[in-house]
Amino acid sequence: MPSRIGVVTFPGSLDDADARRAVGLAGAEPVALWHADADLHGVDAVVLPGGFSYGDYLRCGAIARFAPVMTPLVAAAKDGLPVLGICNGFQVLCESHLLPGALVRNDHRKFACVDQTLVIESTDTAWTSGYTTGQQIVVPLKNGEGGFVADDRTLDALEAEGRVVARYVGDNPNGSYRGIAGVANAAGNVVGLMPHPEHAVELLTGPTTDGLTFFTSVLNGLVGV
Amino acid sequence: MARVVVDVMLKPEILDPQGKAVAAALPRLGFDGIAAVRQGKRFELDVEGEVTEERLAQIRGAAETLLSNPVIEDFTVRVEPA
Repeated sequence: MPSRIGVVTFPGSLDDADARRAVGLAGAEPVALWHADADLHGVDAVVLPGGFSYGDYLRCGAIARFAPVMTPLVAAAKDGLPVLGICNGFQVLCESHLLPGALVRNDHRKFACVDQTLVIESTDTAWTSGYTTGQQIVVPLKNGEGGFVADDRTLDALEAEGRVVARYVGDNPNGSYRGIAGVANAAGNVVGLMPHPEHAVELLTGPTTDGLTFFTSVLNGLVGV
Repeated sequence: MARVVVDVMLKPEILDPQGKAVAAALPRLGFDGIAAVRQGKRFELDVEGEVTEERLAQIRGAAETLLSNPVIEDFTVRVEPA
């Protein structure tokens, strides 16, 4: 039986279909999860996709954090369930306090939409184990509020504990402190990433297929390869 | 009905691009002498019945949980005079 990876749809999610497609291309069975259904339906991992959940009202991710599906998700994530938050999903994970810091408006105040080079700094996570440390990848980045911020003590701790998953290479596209594009929790099962690996899984529609490894990494962990 | 006002502001160390945009627009319109602008949010909560200490504590809880993100924002709670 293939591993089952859930993708949550909130009102205003945009990239849930692409995330499910990436899950399928990686070889897992994508399972659509609904924000109002407080049940993870036994999935082996969860992706929180990009978009503008609840219209980004109040703060990005602030209302999605209290959706019914988040109650079992937060509990399962604390028990080791692999969870990947992409873009808006990253914002939801920060608002849920599963990840440290917060995402704020880009420092240059414009929406950023580019094919972005990243360097993978940590391969000790459920979602990046298939990369090599220092590997550079190119995936789309598209955000208006993608600036990762945290106090210096938190940033120092993230760096010291090897929890910076990816950093921007070249110009900082959104003012993220220390160029941080993605972070992990201490256990490495929860990862948040501002750029979009699910948009870089097929050459027909993406700049590369570099993003696919996020999904094959978690799958290999689940089947114990 | 009493009104409780919750003001939410970004912490001083967090960059405020919206405030900076406003600050840059002011002198273009001839409003000089303003050194900096920080933009925040104001919530007006209409409370049924008396505003008791207990009710205020509840509202502080709401401000901390939902209305603000304590990682990047500070808030104040005050009762609006009738």
